[in-house]
Amino acid sequence: MADSTPDSKPENPECGHNATRRQFLKQSSVLTALAFTPGPVVQAAAAEWDEKIAAPFEKVGLKLAVNGKNYKLSVEPRVTLLDLLREQLHLTGTKKGCDYGQCGACTVHVDGKRVNSCLALAVMQDGREITTIEGLAKGDDLHPMQEAFIKHDGFQCGYCTPGQIMSAVACIREGKADSEGEIREFMSGNICRCGAYPNIVAAIQEVKTGGQKV
Amino acid sequence: MNQFQYVRPSKPKAAIDARAKDQNSQFIAGGTNLLDLMKRGVMNPERLIDISRLPLDKLERENNTFRIGSMALNATVADDKQVLEKLPLLAQALNAGASAQLRNMATIGGNMLQRTRCPYFYDTALPCNKREPGSGCGALEGYNRMHAIFGFSDKCIAVHPSDMSVALVALDATVLVSGPKGDRRIPFGELHRLPGDMPQKDTTLEPGELITAVEVPEGPFTKNVHYLKVRERASYAFALVSVAAALQLENNIIKDARLAMGGVAHKPWRLTEAEKSLVGKPATEATFQAAAAIAMQGAKAFKHNAYKLKLGPNAIVQALKNATNVA
Repeated sequence: MADSTPDSKPENPECGHNATRRQFLKQSSVLTALAFTPGPVVQAAAAEWDEKIAAPFEKVGLKLAVNGKNYKLSVEPRVTLLDLLREQLHLTGTKKGCDYGQCGACTVHVDGKRVNSCLALAVMQDGREITTIEGLAKGDDLHPMQEAFIKHDGFQCGYCTPGQIMSAVACIREGKADSEGEIREFMSGNICRCGAYPNIVAAIQEVKTGGQKV
Repeated sequence: MNQFQYVRPSKPKAAIDARAKDQNSQFIAGGTNLLDLMKRGVMNPERLIDISRLPLDKLERENNTFRIGSMALNATVADDKQVLEKLPLLAQALNAGASAQLRNMATIGGNMLQRTRCPYFYDTALPCNKREPGSGCGALEGYNRMHAIFGFSDKCIAVHPSDMSVALVALDATVLVSGPKGDRRIPFGELHRLPGDMPQKDTTLEPGELITAVEVPEGPFTKNVHYLKVRERASYAFALVSVAAALQLENNIIKDARLAMGGVAHKPWRLTEAEKSLVGKPATEATFQAAAAIAMQGAKAFKHNAYKLKLGPNAIVQALKNATNVA
């Protein structure tokens, strides 16, 4: 898979593990192409779509800011944001539930908006700011929503919880948490099979009425 | 997911060229349906053309017409103050679809082009003429409780899944398209097609054509509107049946009416005859019942979806009652 190099230059794509001859040849062609193009495939395509240049590429460079940290990455186009976060950046707080956009366990914020990271291609997020559950607390100080989930027992098994909390924070920021009914409607993209819904709603209502900055 | 090439053109024309040149390519914008289908092997494009950053996301209003860029997000349009004021039916339908997360990703153009959720289309082990022309329709004699009661063929009985499209067909929207042969305008009711002998073709778009915007006339439907969606849980599920209802009232007499259904056909189903029957009549339950009876003429059920023959008219009456506050 691709390499992650926080705050540093992209690694040489030849240095992957388990390199095969086929990979080497493909990567060599990538490097050859790089030698006479100014940047990665995205830029080549953006300037003037040209099949001859774009065709040999298998990995695409992208820059992301994740939880305030800048990354220069190199990924296959088919890698989802969820897999990039978990498998390459080892931010495993974001969960893979269904992987089809049906459960909300993978919810993260992209440029401040909550999205299902399992249905987002990493390469399409180039230049954007990502916040995951790991980026919510300030050091040892939990985010008010995390505190409220603990206080109200807003979970049992905990698997959906990172997605619930990311969604809950966005729900308040969007101004969609003014009543129990509204919270339930705008939290419906996050499924909890333990059925902790009443406690989740209570936690959100407390943060909302508490007036803390979320 | 199969491997694919990824390109991100900066101009609509470059995107159209790339798509027209390569039959095995697909546009990707929000990706909320396409990636789902690619993970399951239902769609296997060899090249994705990323159109999400094309400058087509503006929401403009002039000459009493909204022009909504195809790359505008569902959530952005649903929350827009002018849309809420002038096109409340569209806002309601948008909010009835998917979840808050998906509405932050899905675009207006993508919403109308989403594929059916027929389980036979999604399961590559089962026959489906839409996915694999000639393989047969698994739903015809199979588990067909979600399926069509209008406009189906013996090749396909799937339904179109979009809520937004039901509101747009009711509101007489127009789809703006750019393609290899130039620009054209498609009345919303002619964007989607019935399955006939070619269920693999959802729309009347030509290869390489890109939806750039949708135009919606403001019209008089700012107050007495309702989008009713009947589903198996309170939120975040596809419609069994949905109804978009919009009335213009004067002293409780119906001056103008719009009515469309979702979850009943291969396209959003406009109910023109039922609309005509409403005009000039008082806004009463009896009027609504009569319109619902007209709307259901020609409906035909399969083994597992006969409930739609009763749910359909009941939903029409309820939507009209909700739109007019008739108890």
